[in-house]
Amino acid sequence: MSPLDSPALRAKNAGKRADIRADLLLIADMIEPGSRVLDVGCGDGVLLDYLIHFRQVTGRGLELSQEGVNACVSHGLSVIQGDADLDLADYPDGTFDYVVLSRTLQATQNPREVLEHLVRIGTRAVVSFPNFGYWRIRWALLTRGRMPVTRSLPDPWWETPNIHLCTIRDFLELCEAGGIAIERALTIGADNRAEPIGSMRRANLLGQDGLFLLRRADR
Amino acid sequence: MTSQDTRPGTADRPAAAGGADSAARNGAPAGERHLPGEQVVLAAGSPMPLDSGAQLGPFTVAYRTYGTLNAEKSNAVLVCHALTGDQYMAEPHPVTGRPGWWEVMVGPGRPLDTERFFVICANVLGGCMGTTGPQDLDPATGKPWGPTFPVVTIGDMVRAQKLLVDHLGIARLFAVVGGSMGGMQVLEWAARYPERVLAAVPIATAAYHTAQNIAFHEVGRQAIMADPDWDEGWYQLSGKTPRRGMAVARMTAHVTYLSEQALHRKFGRRLQDRQKPSFGFDADFQVESYLRHQGSSFVDRFDANSYLYITRAMDYFDLAAEHGGVLADAFRRSPVRFCVMSFTSDWLFPTSEAKRIVHALNSVAADVSFVECDSDKGHDAFLLIEPEFHETLNGFLNGCCEGLGLPQGQLRPLDQSHDPTRDRVT
Repeated sequence: MSPLDSPALRAKNAGKRADIRADLLLIADMIEPGSRVLDVGCGDGVLLDYLIHFRQVTGRGLELSQEGVNACVSHGLSVIQGDADLDLADYPDGTFDYVVLSRTLQATQNPREVLEHLVRIGTRAVVSFPNFGYWRIRWALLTRGRMPVTRSLPDPWWETPNIHLCTIRDFLELCEAGGIAIERALTIGADNRAEPIGSMRRANLLGQDGLFLLRRADR
Repeated sequence: MTSQDTRPGTADRPAAAGGADSAARNGAPAGERHLPGEQVVLAAGSPMPLDSGAQLGPFTVAYRTYGTLNAEKSNAVLVCHALTGDQYMAEPHPVTGRPGWWEVMVGPGRPLDTERFFVICANVLGGCMGTTGPQDLDPATGKPWGPTFPVVTIGDMVRAQKLLVDHLGIARLFAVVGGSMGGMQVLEWAARYPERVLAAVPIATAAYHTAQNIAFHEVGRQAIMADPDWDEGWYQLSGKTPRRGMAVARMTAHVTYLSEQALHRKFGRRLQDRQKPSFGFDADFQVESYLRHQGSSFVDRFDANSYLYITRAMDYFDLAAEHGGVLADAFRRSPVRFCVMSFTSDWLFPTSEAKRIVHALNSVAADVSFVECDSDKGHDAFLLIEPEFHETLNGFLNGCCEGLGLPQGQLRPLDQSHDPTRDRVT
C-alpha cells in the first residue's frame, strides 16, 4: 500500500463534501471503514470522495464520461476513463473489498456479466438500481400507456441510457441464476427512506430503488 | 519533444535564421562551455553498465533545480525532458534566449509550483546541453566521441538520473513527471525504482515506440546521415555542421508534433509575404516558411549526433519487452500512484497508447488515474497552455500532497500577455 493511502492521513485531512445524496449515504453505510473500494460509474466522484474522507477507504473509480473523470482527478481522486461492460475484465480477482455500482446496472450492455465481474473483483458488491416494478411506473404504463418518466428514470425512451431495466423480483432471479448471494436487501422509497425487504410483493411495488449487498454464493 | 522551436508562429519572419551561437556549441565539449546551472560527475567509482552491454563512466550530468528542498526531502519533483528538450525548462534558454520549454507548467502558481516543490530537470544521457553525449571528448582517445559514443536507451537515461537523485540525497521523489520521451522515462522510473517514486505522471507517451514513430525517426536520421557535412559522424573534427540534414529532420519531426487542425488554423493556405504564388520553389506558403525556420533554428541549438542517439533511444523503448513481453509485469505490486494523461488530437502518442498503459496498471490493481484532455494542438499540447490539463494535474498532485501533509497548490491565472507559447500567427 502506498503511504499516500494511509487511512490515518486520509482521516486527518477529512473535511469536504460531507452532505451527499441520501441514496449515496445508504450505500456508504454498507461499506466497512478502512476497506478497499472500487466505484464503477463514479460520476464526478461525490461518493468516492465521501468514502475516502469519512470512511477512510482506499478508493478507486471507473467512469465512462471524460468530464466526470477529469472532475474526479482534479479533486485528487484515482479515477480512470472506462466502460463497465469492457474494462472490468482487466481487474484481477479479489482486488477490492467492495465494488460499488450505483444506478448504473440498467445502463450496461450485459448486466449479468457485469454483476459477475463485481463479485469476482470485490469480496462484496453494493448494487443499486431503479425498480421498474415501482407502483408509479406501473401506474403510468397502465393509465397513460406511455413509457414512464420518474425521478430515477428521467429521460424519454428514445434518449435514455437505460437499456436493461428490471424489477426487484427480476434482479433477485438474476442473482440466483448467477450464483450470487444477497447479504442485505433494501428498498429506497420516494422519501429516500430505506426499508429492509421483507415482503417481496410490497418491496417490488413500493421501492423506487433497490439496494443490495452481494457476494459470490460459493465464497 | 520540442521546446523553444515549437512556439513562435514564425510565418511573419524571414525563413533565414542566424547561427550566432552555433560556434559556442559545435566542437566545444560540455566541460568547456559556460552553461548556467549545476553539473555533477557520476559513476566515478565504477562505470555504469548500459543496456547495450557497454559501460560508461565517469560521466557528467548537467541539471537545473527550481524551488527549495524541504527538511524532510519529501517535496522533490523530477521532470524528464523530451527528445530535444533540456534542463532549462523554467528560465530563458542560454543558447536561444527563448522562454523555458515548460514555463507554463513550472513556477509559482503553476502545477509544478516552485513555492512548494523542489523541481529538478537534468539533461539526458547522450544530450548536448552539458550532460555527456557524443559531442564530448572520449577520454580514451582525446577526440570527440562522435559516432563511437555508446548507444544509450531510455533505461540508461533513467539509471543516470537515479545516480543524480542519489547524489542529491533524495530517498524518494514526490513525483516524476514528463511528456513524450519524458513520459517514457517516467514509466521506466516507476518500473525500475518503484520504491523511489511516490507519484508518476506519464504524459502524451506510450510504453513502446510504434512502427510509425520509428519510421519518422528513421527519415530524420537518414536526412542527417545523407548530408555530406555529417562526415560519417565526425563533423566536429572538420568543423562542419550537417545543417541541411538536421533542418530536414526537424521539419519532418515538427509536423508530427502538430495536428492537421492546428496547421490549418495557424497557416491555412496563406502565402508568405506575397500576393500570388511565385511558380517556383521558394517558401510561397506560410507553412513552408514556418517549417524552414523551425529547421534552421534547430541547428543552432542541437547537436546532430545527439539527435541520432536520442531518437534511437526512443526507438528501442519497449517496457513490456523488458518484462517478458507482459507490460503489467513492469508494475506488479507497484506502490506508485499513477496519473496517465493524453490529448485528443495527438496522433504521435495517441490516447489508445495511453489506454494500454492504463489497462496494464489496472490488471495489477495499481493506483491509477487516467485523463484524456480535449485539445486540437496535437502532440505539442503538453507544452502549451491547456487549462484543463493543468487543472487536472494540479488536482492529482494535490491529492498526493494530502497524503503526505505537503501544502496544497492553487493555480493562478497565467498572464496571457506574457504567454511564452502564444501563437503569434493567428
